This record gives sequence, C-alpha cells and structure tokens, in this order.
Amino acid sequence: MMELKEIQRLEGHTDKVWSLAWNPTTGHAGIPLVFASCSGDKTVRIWEQNLSSGLWACTAVLDETHTRTVRSCAWSPSGKLLATASFDATTAIWENVGGDFECVSTLEGHENEVKCVSWNAAGTLLATCSRDKSVWIWEVLPGNEFECVSVLQGHSQDVKMVKWHPTEDILFSCSYDNSVKVWADEGDSDDWQCVQTLGEPNNGHTSTVWALSFNVSGDKMVTCSDDLTLKVWETESVGTQSGGGFAPWTHLCTLSGYHDRTIFSVHWSREGIFASGAADNAIRLFVDDNESQVGGPLYKLLLKKEKAHDMDINSVQWSPGEKPVLASASDDGTIKVWELTSY
Amino acid sequence: MTLGLINANPVVHAKKERIARSDDPHADDAVDPLDIYDILFFFSFSLLPLPTQLTVEILDLALTNFVRDIRDPEHPYSLEQLSVLSEESISVDDKLGRILITFTPTVQHCSMATVIGLCLRVKLKHYFPPHYKVDIKVSPGSHANEESVNKQLNDKERVAAALENPNLRQLVDECLYSNEL
Repeated sequence: MMELKEIQRLEGHTDKVWSLAWNPTTGHAGIPLVFASCSGDKTVRIWEQNLSSGLWACTAVLDETHTRTVRSCAWSPSGKLLATASFDATTAIWENVGGDFECVSTLEGHENEVKCVSWNAAGTLLATCSRDKSVWIWEVLPGNEFECVSVLQGHSQDVKMVKWHPTEDILFSCSYDNSVKVWADEGDSDDWQCVQTLGEPNNGHTSTVWALSFNVSGDKMVTCSDDLTLKVWETESVGTQSGGGFAPWTHLCTLSGYHDRTIFSVHWSREGIFASGAADNAIRLFVDDNESQVGGPLYKLLLKKEKAHDMDINSVQWSPGEKPVLASASDDGTIKVWELTSY
Repeated sequence: MTLGLINANPVVHAKKERIARSDDPHADDAVDPLDIYDILFFFSFSLLPLPTQLTVEILDLALTNFVRDIRDPEHPYSLEQLSVLSEESISVDDKLGRILITFTPTVQHCSMATVIGLCLRVKLKHYFPPHYKVDIKVSPGSHANEESVNKQLNDKERVAAALENPNLRQLVDECLYSNEL
C-alpha cells in the first residue's frame, strides 16, 4: 500500500497561496531542493531545503514589486531567473544574485490580470496569459531584455494557464472558454498560429480548464477542469518527425467520478504518477492501470489524501531529484511537502 | 448623467415575522440556514443604473465610470424586501460542509447579478469555518444569462481579482455597510 506522508507544513504567506514552482536545477548532486511560492499577499517566497534536517526554510521574500496578487511563478530552465505573473497586469523577472533576488525586468502589455507564465525548454521563450483573453510570447534577449514577438488571439474568454511542451517549442493554453489551444510557429519568423483546439466537440471539457501537465516523454498530456474531470490526451511521434508538421492530439480517456469539486491543478511526475489538487481539500494520485483488461480503464486512483489542507488546493507540483517529493499550495495560506511511501 | 432605472417598479413584499428558535435542536458546530439568512437579512443592497450590456462584464474596470453615482441608489430596499433572497434560498449540508445560496435578481436582465453575488460572498466569508464551501447561483429561470452568471460567480480566481479592483471593492463595501445595524 502507498501513503502520502506529510513531511512539513510551511507557514509565512498571509493570504491564499496560489502557486508554487520547483527550481529545476536543484535536488541533484548535493544541491538542496528549492522552490518558490506566490500568494494573494502580493509576495513571492523562496524556500530552501536544509540538507541535514531535510526540512525547508524561507530564505527570501520578494515583495514591494507587485501591487496585487501574484498568481503564478516559473523558473527558467537554468534556474537563474524566476518569472512571476500578477493581477497587477505585469510579469516580473527576478534574478538570483548571490542569494538575493533582484527584479531585473517588468513585462507590460496585458490589459488586466496576468494568470500564468511559462518558459520553453531551452529558456529562449516566455509565454504569458491573461483575463484579456490573449496569450503573449516573449523572446528572451541578452541582458535580461524581453521582446514581445507575438500576441495570440483565439480564446473567447479568460486564459487560465500556459505551458510549453517539454521538448518541442509548442505552446498550450487553457481557458475559461472550456478549451485547450495548441500554438505553433508556422514559419521561421515568429508566425505563431493556433494549430489545434481541444474543445467540447472533440471530447474536450465542459467547463473552465484550469491546468495541464505532460508526461516525461511529452507524448501524453493530462488536463483538469471545473467539470470535475481529468482528461488524458496523446499525440504521435514527438520529436521523430524531421522538419515534419505538427502532430495532432487526440482524446485518450476521461477520469470522472473521482472529484467532488473543481480541480485546480494537475502534475505528472517523471515516474508516471499524476497528482491532482482540488477544491474539496484533497490530493489524489493516479497511475497507469497495467492490469486493465482490453477496453478497461487506462488509469486508476492510486490514493486519495483527504483533508490534505484545510481549504482549496490551488497547486500540486512534483519536485526534481532522484526521490521526488510533492508540494501543495492552498487557500489556507500554507504549503505542505509530502513524500510517497509504502507501508 | 441620469440613466433610466433598471427596475422602475419593484414589487415590495412585507417582511416575514421572525420566529424565535430554540437553541436545543442544533449542535454547536452545525450551520443553520436561518442563521445565514439572518446575517443577510440586515444586508441592504443599492441597485445602480448600469447599461445591460455590462451584465457579464460587470467585473471590468468600466465600473469606474459609474462609481460616482453610488450615493444615489435606485432602490434603498433590503434584498428581502425585493424578494431577492428568502429563507428557502439557503441550503446547508453540514456533513459535507456545503452551503448553496440561490438568489433571484429583481429583473431578468439585471446587470447587478454578479455584484449581488460578490456581496453575498464577501458577507459570508467570515461567518463559517473555512472548510465550508459556498456556492452561489441565480434561481433557475430568473436570469437571461443564468449559466454565464453562475459560472462567473463561482470562479474564485475571478472573485479574488474583482475584490482587488478598488472601484468594484468600494461598490461592494458600500452595499454591505450602508444600512448595517
């Protein structure tokens, strides 16, 4: 039997904790695990693990820059930059300078709240999305400069999340309009286009799509929604088409009946387990159902952690490192770190 | 500016007499629908004249243009008197920790439906244990944009963002505190 065991409960934020992000360059070769969290208290906190005790402590508070809720945070692949998206309509870029974080750039342009920010795998592109229904793609230039190379229109409502594919420069966005849109650069000069829409007509969600996550190889994706379901999608031949066209995504299965309230977050680990965080205060883990009969369900519930938090769970993220831990962020103002153990 | 009243002739209902209730039947931590109703009973609502095309976009910054009219309420009646809320509007599931509030906008196209929902949410926020979940909906058949309004009222991210908008927050606070006893 598997169990999700609480390692630590972290306090410090004075309002909802909306999101958290692990620094991808930590957790290896004796480097302590580090993550950032962001909150309705307008701050971002940096948490670093003490290698002796295995516990996390807050090592920095990034404040007095954003004037409203910080909704999302994302580390660059190099781990040197942190991007934060805020309801103040800006995205701030922070650089770690000898342990201190300095705001080195502020990206403006969205008409209202910025909901999410995401770096591509190479760290050369940054995407942001907003309640203004648009998705912006920024090119990362030398000297911490950022240039907007494309403003993508297509969603008919609030865009909740953007996420780059783990290996290809393909961008995914999910929205209050119940759809996930796939964007690719159709030419060689920043001609970004919507190449596919995963909406209700093709087995898509029936209410707001809040988040999505890819498996380690990038050929499967899981999405979560206000319609209380998780959906798994797949594509063919990721990376094997030399200069070929975009490979479309198809619906694989829908996991329904497991969640009581809105699912705000989903994250797929390198080991193949995906975690969901929901408004019923529970964390659930799902895994391949290898014993499934032909035509049977493809994924099964591994475990459910009831009352993981006192209030809604807004974000669940597996850490990097050889033995990943799971961190969760909640409306109760806390972050919890969990390990998956057998008993 | 002088805009036409959204609802010129509201039907005003007599207030129901309050019946005293014994404390015995209720466990200490149970939530009684009548307690919720009593909290809302003293909640006075000011209807502002707003163009109906703002019905769904009520959360946008366009409210700035209308905030100055806030001191000239359309109807200084409580939600009960306008039959927006009644005792039957509130259902509580203590076992699951769920509260459902159903309200009836005073006219089908009332552009204030989302503001009413925001006011209800703010008013209730500190009265219950944090694990209680509150859903707010317009009464079935009572609003032309029912599905859209319900989705917006229960998107907690948009609610949080709306309450950080100082103009909209001021409007909500005015509604909540203007006639509080």
